[in-house]
Amino acid sequence: MKRFVVVDSNRCVGCHLCVYACTNRFGYVGVSKSAIHVRSAGGVERGFAVIVCRACRDPPCARACPVDALALRPGGGVILNTSKCIGCGFCVNACDIGAVMWDSEFMKPVICTHCGYCVSFCPHGVIALEEVT
Amino acid sequence: MNSWIKTLSRTLYLDLSRKQFWIEERDDLFSKWLGGTGVAIQLYREESSRRADPLGPENVVVFAIGPLTGVFPMASKVVSVFKSPLNGYVTESHAGGRAATAIRYAGYGAIVIKGSSDMPVYIVIDEEKVRFRDAGALWGMRSSETVGKVLREAMPGAGYRTIMRIGRAGEKLVRFSNLTVETYRHFGRMGLGAVFGSKKLKALVIIGRKGFKLPNPRAYREVYREIYELTKGPATRKYHDLGTAANIIPLDKLGALPTRNFSSGRFDGAREISGEKLAEDNLSRRLACTACPVACIHLAAIREEYEDEKYFYKTEFVPYDHEPIYALGSNLGISDRYGLLKLIKVVEDEGLDSISTGVVLSWATEAFERELISIKDTLVELRWGNWRNYVKAVTYIVLQPNEFYATLALGVEEAALKYGGVDFALAFNRVEPAGYHTGPLYHSSLAIGFRHSHLDAGAYSIDQSLVASGTPVPSPEEAAKMIIEEESWRQILNSMVVCLFARGAYSKNIVEKALKALGYEIDESRLVELGKQIYLEKHAVKLSEGFEPEKMRIPKRVLETPTPLGNIPEEYVRKVVRHYIKLVREYIEKVGSSNEVFREIDSTSAT
Ligand code: SF4
Ligand code: SF4
Repeated sequence: MKRFVVVDSNRCVGCHLCVYACTNRFGYVGVSKSAIHVRSAGGVERGFAVIVCRACRDPPCARACPVDALALRPGGGVILNTSKCIGCGFCVNACDIGAVMWDSEFMKPVICTHCGYCVSFCPHGVIALEEVT
Repeated sequence: MNSWIKTLSRTLYLDLSRKQFWIEERDDLFSKWLGGTGVAIQLYREESSRRADPLGPENVVVFAIGPLTGVFPMASKVVSVFKSPLNGYVTESHAGGRAATAIRYAGYGAIVIKGSSDMPVYIVIDEEKVRFRDAGALWGMRSSETVGKVLREAMPGAGYRTIMRIGRAGEKLVRFSNLTVETYRHFGRMGLGAVFGSKKLKALVIIGRKGFKLPNPRAYREVYREIYELTKGPATRKYHDLGTAANIIPLDKLGALPTRNFSSGRFDGAREISGEKLAEDNLSRRLACTACPVACIHLAAIREEYEDEKYFYKTEFVPYDHEPIYALGSNLGISDRYGLLKLIKVVEDEGLDSISTGVVLSWATEAFERELISIKDTLVELRWGNWRNYVKAVTYIVLQPNEFYATLALGVEEAALKYGGVDFALAFNRVEPAGYHTGPLYHSSLAIGFRHSHLDAGAYSIDQSLVASGTPVPSPEEAAKMIIEEESWRQILNSMVVCLFARGAYSKNIVEKALKALGYEIDESRLVELGKQIYLEKHAVKLSEGFEPEKMRIPKRVLETPTPLGNIPEEYVRKVVRHYIKLVREYIEKVGSSNEVFREIDSTSAT
């Protein structure tokens, strides 16, 4: 099983190519469907924060979901069952690192699936997929 | 019509006089002129009048992005079109950062700003709303960096927003003040800062978090991959490694690095202020515009101890590029790297264009040396290399404590007309030149270029390749054709809108493929045609505003200081200019009857 990791956010140049890659998976462009988020760490001269699901073993987001739409994913993190999800947004608030994004078009959370598609578009070795047992 | 245009054509109109806004669907323009430059010049023409005062409410500012913005790598730029307060003609300036993608994903393709406010305001735009806000607390702040900090804290949308703002220089209407984007990127040239200042518009915050469904995701992904690989390198490698500062040493070796007010093409301190030295000793971080793998933005860190307390330090970050290094470095005889970075920092904080600032100061230094002006005017001794005094002079340009500095704030042309030294006042059409002294094609391109930027036609690189291959200099007619052809193709790139550092990646074929993947039906040859037409449209508007290139002053200094291709004969540049005039006038005649702006010219020339 693989898990997505941020290797070194100090190497990040803030290009957002990972964000665009993630949105592209769904046949969209832009930022609204991305599970990864990059913003400055208080001014770009201080570098960037790469905000993404860190594959918790006991994910607070899953515990917060009132309708069990977030199932535990082997290897960490969660899998979203969109037909169960009622769009309450509790999971967004439950994640302390802010890694549950929100799709305001469909009114559902955007959940990282740890597929690693974005990794192949990061030009600077910031992010990677890692084997977990 | 293809559905992609529908996602792009929403145009936001802001009227500062009435604090109103409205949205129009301009698919008419976006389907005919693609976007970016092509669309912006049409919107400008619709809204502006020929005789508009650049600093009056009649001037309009248009921002536009294009079909590839936020969609393909390095489609990262916004085009602005406005009437320049430096010379009174329509012009164009580009910036990157997050500005382009924020506009795109806020749901707009263009923004038109008209009128002027009676009190300082800033405007916040997001996917749903537009709000006018009181900028009273921001007006007059000493550093544009602080303005950025305040807005950053106050506004939502971190990561997906742009914060454009002017510095004090814009408020004080310094004709070459800029509009800073995020931190460290700029609509640098031609005085957009002063236009904002005259409208009492301190800042524009745009937050964009939308997404758009692709018409053909599979085709899109394929082209995306191809462009990504092309932009990642190796062609762009040098911009990633050293940034544009990589040019300093090669230009110096060639004898094409403008030094001490263009009196030489070689600088004895070039090595000290080179991209290599800066990277080794000062580079602290590299940044990218949105969607760019190159990350050419280089930030230096400088540590400074406070004079009044030992061990009390501050660390400041300074963006550096070829242009500020030339204008404020070699051009002012500054080889002290620390001093150069301090000077760039002040120019940045005040919100000035570094190129114009450097050239204004190098003229002043020479005029001071020749005793055309005295310390009574300059207040500090202006001497090559004395960066501490230049730092003070920069602040004087902004605050304008006496008549001399108030004149400097109007640009080098005005200063020289008043105090003398016209022969060594570097300006084409009242605009100070970018940092190359490569040869006749480059300087000719400055004479006829629309943006007054080295990027109009990239003619510095044509000169350089002539030197490298030992090819004789082409005839002025040939040169004019080469420059105009290149500038014409760049209109397409500027309508997409891609960063011109990606011009190698975005070949005609790739642009066609990228557009096709989005549902456009257009082929290479049509693109080339359209590029020419956009070129002519732009220049026709400029001529219709009274631009008289025949009367242009060619700075003597440029002709006297040898370039790697020898001395430039004045007649050479004039011939290029004549060819340009002929071409644009012919176009005006051809389309004249179908177009109001041109009818206006026809009637004036008839009287
Ligand atoms: S692709 Fe890499 S460098 Fe670019 S924003 Fe994402 S993590 Fe940072
Ligand atoms: S090459 Fe530089 S200016 Fe161009 S998009 Fe990339 S970071 Fe921005």
